[in-house]
This record gives sequence, structure tokens and C-alpha cells, in this order.
Amino acid sequence: MAESKIRVLVAKPGLDGHDRGAKVICRALRDAGFEVIYTGLRRTPEEIVSSAIQEDVDVIGLSILSGAHNVLFPKIMDLLKDQGGSEIKVIAGGIIPENDISDLKKMGIAEVFLPGASTQKIVEWINKNIK
Amino acid sequence: MKKDYKRWKTNHYLRGLKKIGIQDPHHTTISGKEIKELYTPHDLKDFDYEKDLSYPGEYPYTRGIHPTMYHGRLWTMRQFSGFGSAEDTNQRYKYLLKQGQTGLSVAFHLPTLMGVDSDHPLAIGEIGKCGVAIDSLADMEILFDGIPLDKITTSMTINPPAAVLWAMYIAVAEKQGVSPKVISGTIQNDILKEYIAQKTFVFPPEPSMKLIVDTFEYGSQKVPRWNTISISGYHIREAGSTAVQELAFTLRDGIEYVEWALKRGLNIDDFAPRLSFFFNSHNDFFEEIAKFRAARRIWAKTMRERFRAKNKRSWLLRFHTQTSGVSLMAQQPSNNVVRVAIQALAAVLGGTQSLHTNSLDETYALPSEEAVTIALRTQQIIAHESGVVNTIDPLGGSYFIEKLTNEMQEQAEDYIKKIDDMGGMVKAIEMGFPQKEIIDSSYEYQKALEKKEKTVVGVNAFQSEHEPISILEIDKEVADKQLDRLKEVKKSRNNVKVKTSLTDLKKAAQNDENLMPFLLACVKQYATLGEIMDTLEEVYGKYQEPVTY
Repeated sequence: MAESKIRVLVAKPGLDGHDRGAKVICRALRDAGFEVIYTGLRRTPEEIVSSAIQEDVDVIGLSILSGAHNVLFPKIMDLLKDQGGSEIKVIAGGIIPENDISDLKKMGIAEVFLPGASTQKIVEWINKNIK
Repeated sequence: MKKDYKRWKTNHYLRGLKKIGIQDPHHTTISGKEIKELYTPHDLKDFDYEKDLSYPGEYPYTRGIHPTMYHGRLWTMRQFSGFGSAEDTNQRYKYLLKQGQTGLSVAFHLPTLMGVDSDHPLAIGEIGKCGVAIDSLADMEILFDGIPLDKITTSMTINPPAAVLWAMYIAVAEKQGVSPKVISGTIQNDILKEYIAQKTFVFPPEPSMKLIVDTFEYGSQKVPRWNTISISGYHIREAGSTAVQELAFTLRDGIEYVEWALKRGLNIDDFAPRLSFFFNSHNDFFEEIAKFRAARRIWAKTMRERFRAKNKRSWLLRFHTQTSGVSLMAQQPSNNVVRVAIQALAAVLGGTQSLHTNSLDETYALPSEEAVTIALRTQQIIAHESGVVNTIDPLGGSYFIEKLTNEMQEQAEDYIKKIDDMGGMVKAIEMGFPQKEIIDSSYEYQKALEKKEKTVVGVNAFQSEHEPISILEIDKEVADKQLDRLKEVKKSRNNVKVKTSLTDLKKAAQNDENLMPFLLACVKQYATLGEIMDTLEEVYGKYQEPVTY
């Protein structure tokens, strides 16, 4: 029997509509053999967490360029915990100041990919960290 | 000539390359466009100076829209700026004007861009982050406090709620004792590129286009010096399009606005002189210059031949340029100063009317004062030290530039024809055509990058560590203060009059009247942006984007 595919939810929290990065990553992850679900724009933390749990994903990739990550990410992490989704690995990318990264990791974001990160690096990270 | 070229290529160029072990010389622009090793008169066989170029200020305006170009007046140095509260941004504007900036450009925070107030659930975490928070006329009064609106021109990057923010600006001017006849500036007001690329949309296409035509009509009668739209390729390019796609989709958007305005019964020469454009200046120097030159020529031809505009001012493609945001890199951020300088130089050689240069720290946050000063100085160095303004269109007549300009025009016209055949841009958007073309291009580019077919210094080559840079942080109290002010505004205004003005607005929307006078009445009563947009949404509904990738 074929091994089941790794499932990734690519989500856009925040009010910005910059979806180039999210869409490129969706395609790259799909081409790397993952099952990809894209939320579309402007999803609330509640919507993101409920899709992640419903779709039974292994990874959530958060893309945000609006600057609201320090407020929205903790909400997402708290909701995941409350709703029994602590197993899901959360990674993030977008416009995120370097100084914010350590706090984001403390709250449970597994990795932050800055502009210029290759999609290959993200694929490798997922393959390494999802068993 | 042709024989000679072949001889040179085979005997000297290719043989020379072979000697050093290069088998397949293959050069493409950042857009993936093939570029030849050398351009000669043979590439411009049917070249006709009068017809293809002519003189600056003369049809088809390839060499520039003004006879005097930068000898008469330099481009406007206009840094897009806004953050935190209206007070914070007002201070930044005064600083920039003191540093020699010559026009203002307002960056609103995302809730304002989306037409919601700061107390909306979607505004959580966003207040003052990406721009300045404007909820009502009260904020707008503070934003322009002490800035004489009869002397300064202002550009406002605002789309679905453009008519509302414009009404606020007109109202502030009136409070300063400045007539709408005198004020000058631009509202972006370009919804088509929002559906295509930037994705800041609220209403469906039809009512959105109606609102835009309202501003054309009102502007031509009451605010004659205002550019009622800035038809934007910038965001299309940032979303990943090629240079040709940026050019083609932008000009086709322009055609769409003209067609909708004509359908309303407006006279082409009444509104066309106030249409303005906004392009990206990306890394590929010559491709960008050719794009700007081709844009002017296509637009002039379109306005004269397709729409039979008689007024020469209707033929002119006036444009603002911003250097490319996506070309900035988080790695070794100081290198971004160099990228910006090259892109800005391309914009100037392409004959831009105004220019924004990005700051080196923008992959991390909104620019710090130090970073934005370097960006402004970059323009000043180009203007005053480089010598490129000494003659008009210095690259005109270059075999390469003229050939590239011709090719970009042909390729853009093919796209325009294709979209015409689909029934226009609104139809093409509904079919997902430009959106899909852009995703395809951006994914192709990303793959080329990862295969190292394209090099980005400091990212996939020449990597090294860099020290973290200091960035602008938005005061955490901004959100609370903004929410307090919003509450205060709602308490102190005449709520009966607010309600009446909103009811009148709703009726006017239902009756398909020009909404500008009604919007002015609402903002003057301090109705908030969110209240006004909610009222319109009750009539117009909301746009739902199909989720694809």
C-alpha cells in the first residue's frame, strides 16, 4: 500500500492580500508530492484552526505580510492547543522581523522562513520533521 | 549588413566563446525574455524616426510626454509613507518635506484599505501597522495638520474605499479654506488590479466600476486638477508577472475604465486627461526602460485611434514609478540600496513623472527614518549628480532599446487583443485569466531561481552573514489611542445627522446616482469609513474570490 501523503494547510491570516508567496509555496509543495490545502485570503485564527483539524493536516504554513503576526500567531497556537491540534507543526513566512523570531518559536512556531528562503528548503524541512 | 553580422557572429563571437568553453550562450531578462548578443541597424529595418519616436512632447510620445522633460521640472520625489497614528505620520510628512521631498503619498493601514474601522474584528493586530490608521474625517484633519493643501500634491493609495477617502481629503481642504478647484493629487482607485493581483477588494466588479466612473465624472466637473485614477501595473508585477504582462494588463485595465466611462455617456476628452498610471521598476535595467517607452506609445495610439480622443492631453500616459518591493532581499539588506538605485535610474531614463524609491529595510518592516532618507537621497543623487538629466531620452536610438521597445509593444498588443476577444478585462478576470498567467510566471521564476538559472546576490550566490538591522517599531499604544479616538468621534458628532446622511447615501446607491456628493455629506458629519462602506455593501454585496493556486 502506498504511504499516505503528508498533508499541509497553507493559510493566510491577517488583512493583507499578498498571496504570491503562499501560492508559489502551494505549487512547490504539491509538486514535491504533498497534499496541499489553501485557505484563501484573510482567514481568522478560528477559521484556520478549524480547517486544519477538519482536514487532519500534519503541517500548517502561515503566510503573513501585514505585521500582525505577534497578535495573530499566539491566538492560532492557543486555539490549536484547546482543540487538540498540538501535534500539528506550524511554520511561518512573510515579512517578519528577525527580532520577533525567538518569541514566535517560544510560543510554539516550529520554524520561520524569511524572504529569499527556497521552496526546496521548506520541502526538506517538512520531510525531515514529519514522520 | 545581414551577411556581415552572420560573419561576425560565427567567426568571432561564437568561436571566441567556444575557445573559453561556452557552448550555448543564452541570455534572458528577469522576465525570461530572450536577448540577443548584439543589436544592429538590421534589427530596426522599418525604423521611422518621425513615426516611431518623434520628439519629446509629440505623438507618439516614445521619448517623453513633455517637450522640456526634466529640464523644465524634475520628476516629483514622492515617498509612500504612513504608519501608526495620524499624528505619527503627520510628523513623518513634515520631516520628508523638510528633507526636500516634493509631494506626499499616503500609506493607509490595512483596515482602512479594506474599508473597515479600527474596532472591526478583522482589525485586531493591524492598527497602524502597514500604514496610518484613518477611521474618519477627524483622523484626516490631524494627518494634514499644518500642511497647506493648495501648495502640496498628495497621492493616496486606496482602492475600494477611494471615493470615501477622497471625499475626506476634499473636506479637509475646504476646512483649510482651499477650494476643490485648486487641490491636486491622485487616488489610486484601480479596482481591476486588485482582483488581478493585490487582492484588496470589497464589492463585486460591477458596482466597483460604477463608483470609479462616479469619481471620473465628479472630478472632471468639480476637482479638475485631481488624477481620479492611477492605473497600476505595480502590484501586477509584484504578484509575479513578467514585464510584458505588467504592461499589457495595466493598459488593458486602462482601456476597460475608458469603455465603462464612455458607456456612462462621459466625453472622452473630459476625463481622459486625468487618467494616470503607475508602474514597477524591477531589476532588469533595459527591459524596464523599454517598458516605459512602449507604454507611452501604446497608450497614445490607443487613445487616438481606438477611442478617437481629440485633446492631445488625453493621449499622454503620465506615470508614477516605484522601485520593486519583491526584488529587495532580507539577506545582506544593505545591498538593497544598490538595487533601488539601479531601478530608480531605469525609471528616470524611462521618463517617469514621479518616483518612490524603496528603503533597504522593507523586507523586515516599514522603513525607519534613516532608511527612508537614504532612499530619498538616492533620487537626489540621480537627479543632481549622475548627469542623466542633461539630455532627454538619452537611450533613444539605441538599436537594442528601440528593438526591445518594439518587441514589448507587439507582445503587449497581442495580450490586449486576447483580452478584447474575451469580452474585456472584467470578463477576463471572471475567467481567472490574468490571475493564472501571473501565478504561472511567478512559479516559473521561483523555479529558475532555485535551479540557479537566475542569480540573486546574497541569496542563491555570494552568501554571507549580516548583522541584524534596526527597524521601525510601531508603538503598542497606537491601537488603544486609535480606538479611544474612534469612540470619542462617535460620541461627539451629531448622530441624527450621521444617520440621515447614511440613509441618503443608501438611497442614492439604490437609485444609481453619482455618489460623490452623498459621500461628501457623510464624511462631513464624521460618519466613519466603516459605516459608509457597510451602507454601500448593503446595496452592492461583497466580492468572493475563487480560491485557487
